[in-house]
This record gives sequence, C-alpha cells and structure tokens, in this order.
Amino acid sequence: MGSQARLEKHKESKNSHRSIALKILVPVKRVVDYNVKVRVKADGSGVDLANVKMSMNPFDEIAVEEAVRLKEAGVATEVVAVSCGVAQCQETLRTAMAIGADRGILVETDAELQPLAVAKLLKALCDKEQPTVVICGKQAIDDDANQTGQMLAALMGWPQATFASKVALADGKATVTREIDGGLETLEMNLPAVVTTDLRLNEPRYATLPNIMKAKKKPLETVKPADLSIDVAPRLATIKVSEPAKRSAGVIVADVAQLVEKLKNEAKVI
Amino acid sequence: MIRDQETLNVLLDTITRFVRERLVPNEALVAEKDRIPDELVAEMKELGLFGLSIPEEHGGMGLTMEEEVLATFEIGHASPCFRSLFATNNGIGGQGIVIDGTAAQKAHYLPRLVTGEIIGSFALTEPDSGSDAASLRTTAVREGDSYVLNGTKRYITNAPEAGIFTVMARTDPSRKGADGISAFIVERGTPGLSLGAPDEKMGHKGSHTCDVIFEDCRVPAANLIGEREGIGFKTAMKVLDKGRINIAAISVGVAERMLEDALRYACERKQFGKPIAEFQLVQAMLADSKAELYAARCMVIDAARKRDEGRDVGTEASCAKMFASEMCGRVADRAVQIFGGAGYLSEYGIERFYRDVRLFRLFEGTTQIQQLVIARNMIRAHNG
Ligand SMILES: Cc1cc2nc3c(=O)[nH]c(=O)nc-3n(C[C@H](O)[C@H](O)[C@H](O)COP(=O)(O)OP(=O)(O)OC[C@H]3O[C@@H](n4cnc5c(N)ncnc54)[C@H](O)[C@@H]3O)c2cc1C
Repeated sequence: MGSQARLEKHKESKNSHRSIALKILVPVKRVVDYNVKVRVKADGSGVDLANVKMSMNPFDEIAVEEAVRLKEAGVATEVVAVSCGVAQCQETLRTAMAIGADRGILVETDAELQPLAVAKLLKALCDKEQPTVVICGKQAIDDDANQTGQMLAALMGWPQATFASKVALADGKATVTREIDGGLETLEMNLPAVVTTDLRLNEPRYATLPNIMKAKKKPLETVKPADLSIDVAPRLATIKVSEPAKRSAGVIVADVAQLVEKLKNEAKVI
Repeated sequence: MIRDQETLNVLLDTITRFVRERLVPNEALVAEKDRIPDELVAEMKELGLFGLSIPEEHGGMGLTMEEEVLATFEIGHASPCFRSLFATNNGIGGQGIVIDGTAAQKAHYLPRLVTGEIIGSFALTEPDSGSDAASLRTTAVREGDSYVLNGTKRYITNAPEAGIFTVMARTDPSRKGADGISAFIVERGTPGLSLGAPDEKMGHKGSHTCDVIFEDCRVPAANLIGEREGIGFKTAMKVLDKGRINIAAISVGVAERMLEDALRYACERKQFGKPIAEFQLVQAMLADSKAELYAARCMVIDAARKRDEGRDVGTEASCAKMFASEMCGRVADRAVQIFGGAGYLSEYGIERFYRDVRLFRLFEGTTQIQQLVIARNMIRAHNG
C-alpha cells in the first residue's frame, strides 16, 4: 500500500469510528468514604451510617475516568452514569458528570439493594439504553461483594472481562488486560460487553471546580425500580455483623528455642 | 446563601480531598524550601482555586460569600501558605476590580485572574502608613492620558509573583484623608515599578511579601478603578470587608486542623499509664478550643449570609475577624501545649501552624483596629 493510500485508509478509519455511536454505561455506587473508620452498630445488625461521610466507590471512579478518557480519545461518543439507591446518590452522579459523564440516571429507592437487584436494574437500563460497553468497578468497598458486573454480564448474555488493568475498544471488539494471580492475561471479546475495573487501570482525575459547577446543568433522570418492573427485594438476610477481632498484645521470647516451641504448641503454625 | 446544596457538597468534597491528598503531604516541603512546587501550583490552577469568587460571567465560579467561607474552612485544613497564593485573586487582589471596576477593566483582567495566569496583589500599606491607612503618601498625578505614581508599598502579599497590583494612591494632595485616594491597576513590568527583596517572615513560608516601589511609574488613565478619582479608599474598604470575613474563615479552618491534630495526639500519647486525653486538664484545653471554634464558625457563617443578603456587614466582618483570629491564636497555643515538647519541634508541624496563624491577628486590620471599627460603628448607631 502506497503512503497516499495508507493515509486515506487512516482517515477513513478515523472517520468511521467517529461516526459510529459508542455509548458507555458506568454504574456508580455511593459508599462510605474510604477514609472513614466504620463502626458496627451495637446490635450487630449492620454498620452505623448516621452522619458518616459518603463518596463514590473508588473503583467506580476509575470506571468513570476510563469511560471519559475513551470519550476524550474519540472512541466513545457518550458516557452515561447510573446510580441505584437513595436520593443522595444524585451527588455521586453529579460527581461522575463533573469528571465528564454526559448525563446521569438515578434509580431511586430507599430499599436495601443487593448485587442481584442492582444487576437486574442495570439490565433493564441496558435494554433501554443499548450501551456498547458497561464499565463498572470490580467491587464496592462497602460490602466487597464483587458480583454485580458478573451478574449483569450473565443476565445480558454478554461477554465479560473482570479486573481490567487496560482497555482498548476497536472494530466491534474489546481488548482487555486483566490482573490475575501471578501475571496478566489479555482477552479479546465482542461488543457489547461488561468490563470491571481494577485499581491500576488509571489514576482518576480531580473533577475541576468549574466542571462541578457545569455538571449542575447536565441532564439527570430519575426512575423507580417499579418503572423498570424490577423487584429489588433482598434475597439474602444479614444475620450478624461484627468488628474484626482486636489484636492481642505480643510477647517477647527469650530465645529461638522458646520461639519455635511457641510457634509449635501455642500458635500451632509449624 | 447556598445556591445549590448538591453542587456545593460535591465542590467541598473535591476541595477536601485535594487538601488531604495533595496539599497536606507537601506542607513540610513547602515550609523547608519556602516555595510551593511549580507542579502543585499548576494543579491548584487546574482545579480552579484561583477563580472561586470571581463572577461566572468572567469565567469564575461566582461563589456566594457563604459558599466561599465553607470552601475556605476546608482549605484551612492545610498549611495557610497554600491559600495565600490564590486568596489574593479571589480576595484583596481581585475584588477591587470585581466591586468597582469598569466593564472594560473586568473583561480585561478577571478572566486571567480566574485561571491563575496572573496573580493579583493589593497594595495599601506603606512604611509610614499601616493601621492609619488613610494617611498613605503614595501619589498619583494626572498627566494627559496617564497617571504618574510615586511612593513605596510595604508587606505586599504575592508581590513577587504578581502580574497586577491594585494600588491605592493619593490623587488629590489637598485632601489628607480618605477622599483624596484613588485605586489603580498597575501591571507588572510597567516602567518605574520595582520590587524589594522578599521579606524574611516568622511564618507562612512558601508565601511571599515584599516592598513595591513606584518611581515615576506611568499608568494609563484607563486603569483608574471605576474611572473615578477619590473613591479608591472606599473601594479598598469594601474589599477589606469581604477580606475580613475570609480571614475569619481561614482562622476557623486552621484552628479545626490544629484541634484535630491535638486531639489525635492526645488520644495516642500515653503518660502515667493512660492516654493524656483522659486527663481532665487536657480535656479542658480540648473543650475550650472546641467551643470557641464553634462560636467563631457560627459568626463567620452568619456574617457571610448577611453579606449575601446585601446588608452592610462592617461590624459583623470586624467582629468575626477579631474573634476568629484571636480564637485561632488560643487554639494554636493550646495545641502546642497538648503536644508537650513535641509541640516545640518542627517535625510535628504544630509549631509551624503556631507561627503561621500569628499573622491572622495582624493583617487586614489588627485586632485593635477591629475593636476601633466595631466601637465606632456602635457609637455612630447610638448617636444616629
Ligand atoms: C505577612 C503580611 C502580609 C501582608 N499583606 C498585605 C497586603 O497584601 N497588602 C497590604 O496593603 N498590606 C499587607 N500587610 C500589611 C498589614 O495589613 C499591616 O501590617 C497591618 O495593617 C498593620 O499595620 P502596621 O504593620 O503598620 O502596624 P501599625 O499600624 O504600626 O500598628 C502597630 C501596633 O499599634 C497598634 N495600633 C495602631 N493604631 C492604633 C490605634 N489607633 N489604637 C490602638 N492601637 C493601635 C496596632 O494594633 C499594632 O498593635 C501585610 C502584613 C504582613 C505581616
């Protein structure tokens, strides 16, 4: 191929991915801020959330950042942020829009939402919005469930790549590098698909203050689970939540023999 | 006045996080080098900190006074030298133009103050005129289409970095007081403008002041703020009313930080077999600090709300500035006391705050000047 032809082809491919609509849906969860030292309620029924600072789940922030970078690179054409939960999740959506999402959808409910319920709500929104990719955090730092992305992929019948540390979208395919035990794995899958983000995918930016002001003007739609005909009733019951065991004081051993003896007979690790 | 609570929450969260993740970790370095690293300055500009209170039509965020003080509380959780760098653009170095500038002056300068492309300074104080600001001697003589300035300004915050100076100078030598004073925008690089060496200060390392010297410095008449002579002192006082609420707010923010540090230390440090926080004499220091801090915070928010309502807040601004800065000094002193010997060592950072906050009782009107303002307003109101 001559250089002129190559140039033409390059132009074509550039134009072609401009013209194809590529929508990314990013679910964002409002969780207890990672700096907060959480306290278990006295009755062991859960974690005390009264007057606790909440913010966007850090893995979701990485997801929003990735989606926005894909848009800035001209790969994606629209980024839609979705949050499921109480009215205050609007703030989480505004944060996503301040980072660069184009609009937000709140599925508003005061009910306790478990991963399956969220996955069903997201499925209903995917059916409606027809995104090309859903990028979600690999897990939320509150319940650490690590289920929603996988469940959504299953419900949609879409391929999935979890724990992504690199994402590239081109020609109807996603190439995703995953962090696995002892190394990296690179997958290629057809779109539409679900990707979940790991910590090293990117370093999210600070939403700039002017963009936070502008996010106020971006569209935010609110729906209820019933509007999507989804039953969000919990399928699991929490029986008990307890604080991690307190570390007990250490002992100073006299010599190696005593150490070995204690490791053998008290700690029972050797 | 809070225009949109949700947006404000996101804004404050973002500032809090930036303070915690970017500013606090750099405090010691900035103090040691007496300089904020260029990359960090760039990040502060990128975040939008230089345009907080400049109106939206000029690219800023147009925060109301109430929104601005809430932001300042958060910003105060880091070393106050960081705030100094962008505070003049939002405050004394930019507000003269915002409040009394002509449309052309606003359009020309404000967008560049918003981005931090230029730093604004406020030059009122002189070697022989501090508290008695209206006695200033710098002159501005009209010659054709320009004014020729002569005089020296002292202790001017951000002068070494400034791109523009709001300069109060006497245009009418026959009037000795405030009426003879006008305010000018003078650009860096104007022939006849020079700077003294940076001052060696007790604290606020990383923020700089120096003399600003005018020797036959020719300034276009179009740079007379409001294009009217004789209103410059009033402009300066309006700027300072707002500035005083902001100094009160930063005093609250830094006091909160010091009290948090002192509380953490008191809960961790053990003597006589238990955390020192369990001793009632230490608790008294914590509790007194907390109560005073709460009072100051309420005063600041109240003054800010009243200013947003368009009321004259001369008295409230002075009350808040006086009480909050004095409170901050007391909290600093107690925080050092709670730290014990560690409070005297640089490593723990608390002595740095102790030195930094001493300034709050001095600039933008000393405590004594606030007392005079408050009492004068009271007596004037009584006499009708
Ligand atoms: C770090 C720093 C930054 C500054 N930045 C700026 C700036 O950006 N722009 C600017 O224009 N200025 C600035 N200043 C100047 C500052 O505002 C003045 O220092 C302050 O107003 C006090 O003036 P002075 O230093 O001349 O003190 P003086 O006026 O000489 O006061 C000395 C003492 O006398 C007391 N006193 C004076 N008059 C009376 C009275 N009538 N009744 C009772 N007591 C009285 C004062 O309270 C004080 O205790 C800055 C100062 C510092 C230290």
